[in-house]
Amino acid sequence: MSGTDHGTSSTIHSEHSHLAHHFETPQQQYESGKQGMWLFLATEILLFGGLFCAYAVYRRNQPEIFYYGHQFLSVKWGGINTVVLIFSSFTMAWSVRAAQLGQNRTLIACLILTLLCACGFLGIKGIEYHEKWKHGLLWASRYKPVHHPEAKTQRANVKGPEGEKANLNALAAKPAATALPGTTLPTTATLTQEKTTLPQPATPPQGTVMAAVREEEAAIHGEPKKAAVFFSIYFAMTGLHGLHVIAGMIAILWVLFRAMRRQFGPAYFAPVDFVGLYWHLVDMIWIFLFPLLYLIH
Amino acid sequence: MAERESKQEAQGASNHGMAHVAPAWLLIGTFVALLSLTGATVAVTNFDLGRYNLYLAMGIATAKAMLVALFFMHLAFDKPVNALYLLTALVFVALFVSLSLMDSVHYQPDVKSFVQGAP
Repeated sequence: MSGTDHGTSSTIHSEHSHLAHHFETPQQQYESGKQGMWLFLATEILLFGGLFCAYAVYRRNQPEIFYYGHQFLSVKWGGINTVVLIFSSFTMAWSVRAAQLGQNRTLIACLILTLLCACGFLGIKGIEYHEKWKHGLLWASRYKPVHHPEAKTQRANVKGPEGEKANLNALAAKPAATALPGTTLPTTATLTQEKTTLPQPATPPQGTVMAAVREEEAAIHGEPKKAAVFFSIYFAMTGLHGLHVIAGMIAILWVLFRAMRRQFGPAYFAPVDFVGLYWHLVDMIWIFLFPLLYLIH
Repeated sequence: MAERESKQEAQGASNHGMAHVAPAWLLIGTFVALLSLTGATVAVTNFDLGRYNLYLAMGIATAKAMLVALFFMHLAFDKPVNALYLLTALVFVALFVSLSLMDSVHYQPDVKSFVQGAP
Protein backbone atom coordinates (compact mmCIF):
# COMPACT_ATOMS: atom_id res chain seq x y z
CA MET A 1 0.00 0.00 0.00
CA SER A 2 2.72 2.46 0.93
CA GLY A 3 5.10 3.09 -1.89
CA THR A 4 6.22 6.35 -0.32
CA ASP A 5 9.36 6.46 1.76
CA HIS A 6 9.67 8.60 4.84
CA GLY A 7 11.00 11.58 2.94
CA THR A 8 8.10 11.91 0.49
CA SER A 9 5.61 11.20 3.26
CA SER A 10 6.79 14.15 5.31
CA THR A 11 6.71 16.35 2.21
CA ILE A 12 3.09 15.34 1.65
CA HIS A 13 2.31 16.10 5.29
CA SER A 14 3.85 19.53 5.11
CA GLU A 15 1.84 20.26 1.95
CA HIS A 16 -1.50 19.21 3.46
CA SER A 17 -2.25 20.73 6.81
CA HIS A 18 -5.37 18.53 7.15
CA LEU A 19 -3.46 15.28 6.74
CA ALA A 20 -3.13 13.43 10.04
CA HIS A 21 0.28 11.90 10.66
CA HIS A 22 -0.98 8.33 10.57
CA PHE A 23 -2.21 8.59 6.99
CA GLU A 24 -0.05 8.38 3.90
CA THR A 25 -2.08 10.56 1.56
CA PRO A 26 -5.16 12.78 1.69
CA GLN A 27 -6.90 10.22 -0.49
CA GLN A 28 -6.26 7.45 2.02
CA GLN A 29 -7.41 9.66 4.90
CA TYR A 30 -10.61 10.57 3.08
CA GLU A 31 -11.46 7.00 2.17
CA SER A 32 -10.72 5.69 5.67
CA GLY A 33 -12.98 8.35 7.13
CA LYS A 34 -15.73 7.51 4.71
CA GLN A 35 -15.42 3.81 5.46
CA GLY A 36 -15.66 4.57 9.18
CA MET A 37 -18.76 6.68 8.58
CA TRP A 38 -20.43 3.86 6.67
CA LEU A 39 -19.63 1.42 9.46
CA PHE A 40 -21.28 3.83 11.90
CA LEU A 41 -24.31 4.15 9.61
CA ALA A 42 -24.57 0.33 9.55
CA THR A 43 -24.84 0.32 13.36
CA GLU A 44 -27.49 3.05 13.12
CA ILE A 45 -29.52 0.85 10.77
CA LEU A 46 -29.24 -2.00 13.28
CA LEU A 47 -30.39 0.34 16.07
CA PHE A 48 -33.51 1.32 14.15
CA GLY A 49 -33.83 -2.30 13.02
CA GLY A 50 -34.89 -3.25 16.55
CA LEU A 51 -37.75 -0.76 16.40
CA PHE A 52 -38.77 -1.85 12.92
CA CYS A 53 -38.80 -5.41 14.26
CA ALA A 54 -41.14 -4.44 17.12
CA TYR A 55 -43.34 -2.71 14.57
CA ALA A 56 -43.42 -5.77 12.28
CA VAL A 57 -44.28 -8.21 15.07
CA TYR A 58 -47.12 -6.09 16.46
CA ARG A 59 -48.50 -5.13 13.08
CA ARG A 60 -48.56 -8.74 11.87
CA ASN A 61 -50.25 -10.05 14.99
CA GLN A 62 -52.54 -7.14 15.79
CA PRO A 63 -53.23 -5.16 12.63
CA GLU A 64 -56.36 -3.61 14.17
CA ILE A 65 -54.40 -1.43 16.61
CA PHE A 66 -52.37 -0.02 13.73
CA TYR A 67 -55.42 0.63 11.64
CA TYR A 68 -57.10 2.32 14.59
CA GLY A 69 -54.03 4.29 15.68
CA HIS A 70 -53.00 5.66 12.31
CA GLN A 71 -56.30 7.53 12.05
CA PHE A 72 -55.00 9.95 14.67
CA LEU A 73 -51.94 10.85 12.59
CA SER A 74 -52.22 13.62 10.04
CA VAL A 75 -51.16 12.56 6.54
CA LYS A 76 -50.96 16.27 5.71
CA TRP A 77 -48.33 17.04 8.36
CA GLY A 78 -46.51 13.77 7.75
CA GLY A 79 -46.42 14.43 4.01
CA ILE A 80 -45.18 18.00 4.45
CA ASN A 81 -42.46 16.73 6.77
CA THR A 82 -41.43 14.12 4.19
CA VAL A 83 -41.07 16.82 1.54
CA VAL A 84 -39.18 19.09 3.97
CA LEU A 85 -36.74 16.32 4.81
CA ILE A 86 -36.23 15.32 1.16
CA PHE A 87 -35.54 18.96 0.31
CA SER A 88 -33.03 19.17 3.17
CA SER A 89 -31.32 16.05 1.83
CA PHE A 90 -31.14 17.73 -1.57
CA THR A 91 -29.56 20.90 -0.15
CA MET A 92 -27.15 18.76 1.88
CA ALA A 93 -26.09 16.83 -1.24
CA TRP A 94 -25.66 20.15 -3.00
CA SER A 95 -23.48 21.51 -0.18
CA VAL A 96 -21.13 18.51 -0.57
CA ARG A 97 -20.90 19.35 -4.26
CA ALA A 98 -20.26 23.01 -3.46
CA ALA A 99 -17.50 22.06 -1.00
CA GLN A 100 -15.86 19.80 -3.57
CA LEU A 101 -15.92 22.59 -6.13
CA GLY A 102 -14.65 25.21 -3.69
CA GLN A 103 -17.85 27.30 -3.91
CA ASN A 104 -17.81 28.51 -0.34
CA ARG A 105 -20.81 30.86 -0.52
CA THR A 106 -23.02 28.17 -2.07
CA LEU A 107 -21.80 25.78 0.60
CA ILE A 108 -22.80 28.15 3.41
CA ALA A 109 -26.17 28.90 1.80
CA CYS A 110 -26.96 25.20 1.35
CA LEU A 111 -25.97 24.36 4.91
CA ILE A 112 -28.18 27.16 6.27
CA LEU A 113 -31.09 25.93 4.12
CA THR A 114 -30.56 22.40 5.44
CA LEU A 115 -30.59 23.69 9.01
CA LEU A 116 -33.79 25.68 8.39
CA CYS A 117 -35.47 22.57 6.96
CA ALA A 118 -34.40 20.61 10.03
CA CYS A 119 -35.96 23.29 12.25
CA GLY A 120 -39.13 23.15 10.16
CA PHE A 121 -39.25 19.38 10.49
CA LEU A 122 -38.91 19.54 14.27
CA GLY A 123 -41.47 22.35 14.45
CA ILE A 124 -44.05 20.30 12.57
CA LYS A 125 -43.18 17.26 14.69
CA GLY A 126 -43.77 19.49 17.73
CA ILE A 127 -47.24 20.45 16.47
CA GLU A 128 -48.05 16.77 15.97
CA TYR A 129 -46.74 15.74 19.39
CA HIS A 130 -48.67 18.59 21.00
CA GLU A 131 -51.92 17.35 19.45
CA LYS A 132 -51.27 13.83 20.75
CA TRP A 133 -50.42 15.21 24.18
CA LYS A 134 -53.60 17.28 24.34
CA HIS A 135 -55.73 14.22 23.65
CA GLY A 136 -53.84 11.90 25.96
CA LEU A 137 -52.62 9.77 23.08
CA LEU A 138 -49.30 8.92 24.64
CA TRP A 139 -47.19 5.82 25.09
CA ALA A 140 -47.90 2.73 27.22
CA SER A 141 -49.24 3.65 30.68
CA ARG A 142 -49.43 7.33 29.71
CA TYR A 143 -52.01 6.44 27.07
CA LYS A 144 -55.14 8.02 28.51
CA PRO A 145 -57.41 8.97 25.64
CA VAL A 146 -59.83 11.60 26.80
CA HIS A 147 -63.15 9.80 26.75
CA HIS A 148 -63.83 9.07 30.42
CA PRO A 149 -67.47 8.55 31.41
CA GLU A 150 -67.31 11.75 33.51
CA ALA A 151 -66.43 13.68 30.40
CA LYS A 152 -69.59 12.46 28.76
CA THR A 153 -71.82 13.51 31.64
CA GLN A 154 -70.14 16.86 31.87
CA ARG A 155 -70.68 17.36 28.15
CA ALA A 156 -74.29 16.34 28.45
CA ASN A 157 -74.80 18.73 31.33
CA VAL A 158 -73.61 21.66 29.35
CA LYS A 159 -76.66 23.77 28.54
CA GLY A 160 -76.33 25.94 25.50
CA PRO A 161 -73.48 27.96 24.08
CA GLU A 162 -72.50 29.73 27.32
CA GLY A 163 -71.58 26.57 29.17
CA GLU A 164 -69.80 25.24 26.16
CA LYS A 165 -67.78 28.39 25.90
CA ALA A 166 -66.79 28.22 29.55
CA ASN A 167 -65.81 24.63 29.08
CA LEU A 168 -63.58 25.44 26.14
CA ASN A 169 -62.06 28.39 27.95
CA ALA A 170 -61.15 26.16 30.85
CA LEU A 171 -59.66 23.73 28.39
CA ALA A 172 -57.57 26.44 26.80
CA ALA A 173 -56.43 27.66 30.19
CA LYS A 174 -54.60 24.50 31.07
CA PRO A 175 -53.80 22.46 27.99
CA ALA A 176 -50.97 20.52 29.66
CA ALA A 177 -53.28 19.20 32.34
CA THR A 178 -55.50 17.37 29.89
CA ALA A 179 -53.11 14.47 29.60
CA LEU A 180 -53.07 13.83 33.32
CA PRO A 181 -55.24 11.16 34.90
CA GLY A 182 -58.61 12.24 36.17
CA THR A 183 -58.92 15.12 33.78
CA THR A 184 -62.33 15.30 32.27
CA LEU A 185 -62.46 18.33 30.06
CA PRO A 186 -61.93 17.41 26.40
CA THR A 187 -63.90 14.72 24.64
CA THR A 188 -63.51 12.42 21.73
CA ALA A 189 -65.33 14.92 19.58
CA THR A 190 -62.20 17.03 19.52
CA LEU A 191 -60.22 13.87 19.12
CA THR A 192 -61.98 12.84 15.96
CA GLN A 193 -61.55 16.33 14.55
CA GLU A 194 -57.83 16.06 14.98
CA LYS A 195 -57.10 14.99 11.44
CA THR A 196 -58.42 18.25 10.08
CA THR A 197 -57.99 21.01 12.64
CA LEU A 198 -57.69 21.73 16.29
CA PRO A 199 -60.93 22.19 18.19
CA GLN A 200 -62.30 25.58 17.21
CA PRO A 201 -62.93 28.00 20.03
CA ALA A 202 -66.39 28.62 18.57
CA THR A 203 -69.68 28.07 20.37
CA PRO A 204 -71.47 25.07 18.90
CA PRO A 205 -75.23 24.75 19.50
CA GLN A 206 -76.55 22.03 21.74
CA GLY A 207 -77.26 19.66 18.86
CA THR A 208 -73.54 19.49 18.20
CA VAL A 209 -72.94 18.56 21.81
CA MET A 210 -75.32 15.61 21.56
CA ALA A 211 -73.73 14.54 18.27
CA ALA A 212 -70.39 14.77 19.95
CA VAL A 213 -71.54 12.39 22.68
CA ARG A 214 -72.75 9.93 20.06
CA GLU A 215 -69.52 10.16 18.15
CA GLU A 216 -67.66 9.62 21.35
CA GLU A 217 -69.54 6.41 22.09
CA ALA A 218 -68.75 5.12 18.61
CA ALA A 219 -65.10 5.95 19.12
CA ILE A 220 -64.96 4.07 22.42
CA HIS A 221 -66.73 1.13 20.86
CA GLY A 222 -64.29 0.94 17.94
CA GLU A 223 -61.17 1.24 20.03
CA PRO A 224 -59.07 -1.93 20.19
CA LYS A 225 -57.87 -3.08 23.59
CA LYS A 226 -54.19 -2.41 23.12
CA ALA A 227 -54.36 0.83 21.15
CA ALA A 228 -51.61 2.16 23.43
CA VAL A 229 -49.13 -0.15 21.69
CA PHE A 230 -49.46 1.85 18.49
CA PHE A 231 -48.63 5.08 20.28
CA SER A 232 -45.72 3.48 22.14
CA ILE A 233 -44.24 2.39 18.82
CA TYR A 234 -45.09 5.73 17.21
CA PHE A 235 -43.32 7.73 19.92
CA ALA A 236 -40.35 5.35 20.14
CA MET A 237 -39.72 5.44 16.39
CA THR A 238 -40.40 9.10 15.69
CA GLY A 239 -38.75 10.11 18.99
CA LEU A 240 -35.51 8.29 18.23
CA HIS A 241 -35.64 9.71 14.71
CA GLY A 242 -36.19 13.19 16.15
CA LEU A 243 -33.13 12.78 18.38
CA HIS A 244 -31.15 11.90 15.27
CA VAL A 245 -32.42 15.05 13.57
CA ILE A 246 -31.19 17.12 16.55
CA ALA A 247 -27.80 15.36 16.46
CA GLY A 248 -27.63 16.02 12.72
CA MET A 249 -28.41 19.70 13.27
CA ILE A 250 -25.54 20.00 15.77
CA ALA A 251 -23.21 18.35 13.25
CA ILE A 252 -24.40 20.64 10.43
CA LEU A 253 -23.94 23.67 12.68
CA TRP A 254 -20.35 22.59 13.35
CA VAL A 255 -19.68 22.17 9.61
CA LEU A 256 -21.34 25.54 8.98
CA PHE A 257 -18.99 27.30 11.42
CA ARG A 258 -16.01 25.67 9.77
CA ALA A 259 -17.31 26.63 6.32
CA MET A 260 -17.62 30.25 7.48
CA ARG A 261 -13.93 30.10 8.37
CA ARG A 262 -13.26 28.92 4.81
CA GLN A 263 -11.82 25.62 5.96
CA PHE A 264 -13.25 23.53 3.11
CA GLY A 265 -12.30 23.26 -0.51
CA PRO A 266 -11.52 20.74 -3.24
CA ALA A 267 -8.57 19.41 -1.23
CA TYR A 268 -10.48 18.95 2.02
CA PHE A 269 -14.23 18.48 2.25
CA ALA A 270 -14.46 15.24 4.25
CA PRO A 271 -16.46 16.66 7.22
CA VAL A 272 -19.13 18.07 4.89
CA ASP A 273 -19.35 14.76 3.06
CA PHE A 274 -19.57 12.64 6.22
CA VAL A 275 -22.15 14.84 7.95
CA GLY A 276 -24.06 14.67 4.67
CA LEU A 277 -24.00 10.86 4.75
CA TYR A 278 -25.42 10.92 8.27
CA TRP A 279 -28.11 13.40 7.27
CA HIS A 280 -29.14 11.26 4.29
CA LEU A 281 -29.48 8.24 6.56
CA VAL A 282 -31.82 10.20 8.82
CA ASP A 283 -33.85 11.08 5.71
CA MET A 284 -33.85 7.45 4.57
CA ILE A 285 -35.27 6.27 7.89
CA TRP A 286 -38.07 8.83 7.68
CA ILE A 287 -38.80 7.60 4.14
CA PHE A 288 -39.75 4.26 5.74
CA LEU A 289 -41.43 5.70 8.84
CA PHE A 290 -43.84 7.86 6.85
CA PRO A 291 -45.72 5.08 5.00
CA LEU A 292 -45.45 2.64 7.92
CA LEU A 293 -47.02 4.99 10.47
CA TYR A 294 -49.15 7.46 8.50
CA LEU A 295 -50.31 5.57 5.42
CA ILE A 296 -51.86 2.38 6.78
CA HIS A 297 -54.65 1.18 4.56
CA MET B 1 -15.62 18.93 -14.58
CA ALA B 2 -13.69 21.69 -16.30
CA GLU B 3 -14.86 24.10 -13.61
CA ARG B 4 -13.75 21.73 -10.91
CA GLU B 5 -10.30 21.22 -12.37
CA SER B 6 -9.74 24.92 -12.85
CA LYS B 7 -10.78 25.54 -9.24
CA GLN B 8 -8.38 22.87 -8.08
CA GLU B 9 -5.58 24.34 -10.13
CA ALA B 10 -6.33 27.70 -8.61
CA GLN B 11 -6.05 26.32 -5.10
CA GLY B 12 -2.99 24.27 -5.95
CA ALA B 13 -4.58 20.99 -4.94
CA SER B 14 -2.76 17.86 -6.02
CA ASN B 15 -5.52 15.33 -5.34
CA HIS B 16 -7.51 15.28 -8.55
CA GLY B 17 -10.35 12.79 -8.42
CA MET B 18 -10.38 12.35 -4.64
CA ALA B 19 -14.09 11.74 -4.91
CA HIS B 20 -16.86 11.88 -7.45
CA VAL B 21 -18.57 15.24 -7.78
CA ALA B 22 -22.29 14.73 -8.37
CA PRO B 23 -23.40 16.68 -11.44
CA ALA B 24 -26.16 19.22 -10.87
CA TRP B 25 -28.65 17.45 -13.16
CA LEU B 26 -28.23 14.24 -11.17
CA LEU B 27 -28.98 15.93 -7.84
CA ILE B 28 -32.00 17.79 -9.25
CA GLY B 29 -33.24 14.64 -11.02
CA THR B 30 -32.98 12.60 -7.82
CA PHE B 31 -34.82 15.31 -5.89
CA VAL B 32 -37.67 15.44 -8.42
CA ALA B 33 -37.90 11.63 -8.50
CA LEU B 34 -38.09 11.53 -4.69
CA LEU B 35 -40.89 14.11 -4.67
CA SER B 36 -42.88 12.23 -7.34
CA LEU B 37 -42.53 8.95 -5.47
CA THR B 38 -43.70 10.65 -2.25
CA GLY B 39 -46.77 11.88 -4.14
CA ALA B 40 -47.32 8.38 -5.55
CA THR B 41 -47.13 6.68 -2.16
CA VAL B 42 -49.74 9.07 -0.73
CA ALA B 43 -51.96 8.69 -3.82
CA VAL B 44 -52.05 4.88 -3.79
CA THR B 45 -53.56 4.83 -0.29
CA ASN B 46 -56.81 5.94 -1.96
CA PHE B 47 -57.07 2.58 -3.70
CA ASP B 48 -57.93 -0.59 -1.85
CA LEU B 49 -55.44 -3.23 -3.00
CA GLY B 50 -55.75 -5.43 0.07
CA ARG B 51 -52.41 -6.53 1.45
CA TYR B 52 -50.70 -5.23 -1.70
CA ASN B 53 -51.12 -1.73 -0.30
CA LEU B 54 -48.38 -2.52 2.21
CA TYR B 55 -46.14 -4.17 -0.39
CA LEU B 56 -46.56 -1.24 -2.75
CA ALA B 57 -45.84 1.30 0.00
CA MET B 58 -42.70 -0.59 1.02
CA GLY B 59 -41.64 -0.98 -2.62
CA ILE B 60 -41.90 2.77 -3.19
CA ALA B 61 -40.07 3.50 0.07
CA THR B 62 -37.28 1.10 -0.94
CA ALA B 63 -37.00 2.76 -4.35
CA LYS B 64 -36.74 6.17 -2.65
CA ALA B 65 -34.12 4.89 -0.19
CA MET B 66 -32.12 3.46 -3.11
CA LEU B 67 -32.21 6.81 -4.92
CA VAL B 68 -30.92 8.53 -1.79
CA ALA B 69 -28.20 5.91 -1.23
CA LEU B 70 -27.02 5.69 -4.83
CA PHE B 71 -26.93 9.37 -5.74
CA PHE B 72 -27.18 11.61 -2.65
CA MET B 73 -24.85 9.29 -0.72
CA HIS B 74 -22.64 8.66 -3.78
CA LEU B 75 -22.78 4.86 -3.42
CA ALA B 76 -23.12 4.49 -7.19
CA PHE B 77 -19.67 6.02 -7.61
CA ASP B 78 -18.02 4.78 -4.42
CA LYS B 79 -15.88 1.82 -3.55
CA PRO B 80 -18.16 -1.25 -3.34
CA VAL B 81 -17.05 -1.89 0.25
CA ASN B 82 -19.26 0.96 1.49
CA ALA B 83 -22.30 -0.51 -0.24
CA LEU B 84 -21.35 -3.83 1.30
CA TYR B 85 -21.58 -2.33 4.80
CA LEU B 86 -25.05 -1.00 4.05
CA LEU B 87 -26.24 -4.29 2.56
CA THR B 88 -24.81 -6.31 5.46
CA ALA B 89 -26.71 -4.18 7.96
CA LEU B 90 -29.90 -4.62 5.93
CA VAL B 91 -29.41 -8.41 5.73
CA PHE B 92 -29.08 -8.60 9.50
CA VAL B 93 -32.18 -6.47 10.04
CA ALA B 94 -34.08 -8.72 7.61
CA LEU B 95 -32.85 -11.79 9.50
CA PHE B 96 -33.86 -10.24 12.82
CA VAL B 97 -37.35 -9.28 11.64
CA SER B 98 -38.08 -12.53 9.82
CA LEU B 99 -36.98 -14.72 12.73
CA SER B 100 -39.11 -12.64 15.08
CA LEU B 101 -42.12 -13.13 12.82
CA MET B 102 -41.71 -16.92 12.74
CA ASP B 103 -44.42 -17.68 15.30
CA SER B 104 -46.93 -15.18 13.96
CA VAL B 105 -48.76 -17.95 12.06
CA HIS B 106 -50.31 -18.93 15.39
CA TYR B 107 -52.05 -15.59 15.67
CA GLN B 108 -53.42 -15.55 12.15
CA PRO B 109 -56.85 -17.09 12.98
CA ASP B 110 -57.49 -14.09 15.28
CA VAL B 111 -56.26 -11.67 12.64
CA LYS B 112 -58.47 -13.24 9.97
CA SER B 113 -61.55 -13.05 12.16
CA PHE B 114 -60.84 -9.37 12.73
CA VAL B 115 -60.37 -8.66 9.02
CA GLN B 116 -63.59 -10.48 8.13
CA GLY B 117 -65.52 -8.77 10.92
CA ALA B 118 -64.38 -5.31 9.80
CA PRO B 119 -66.84 -3.26 7.73
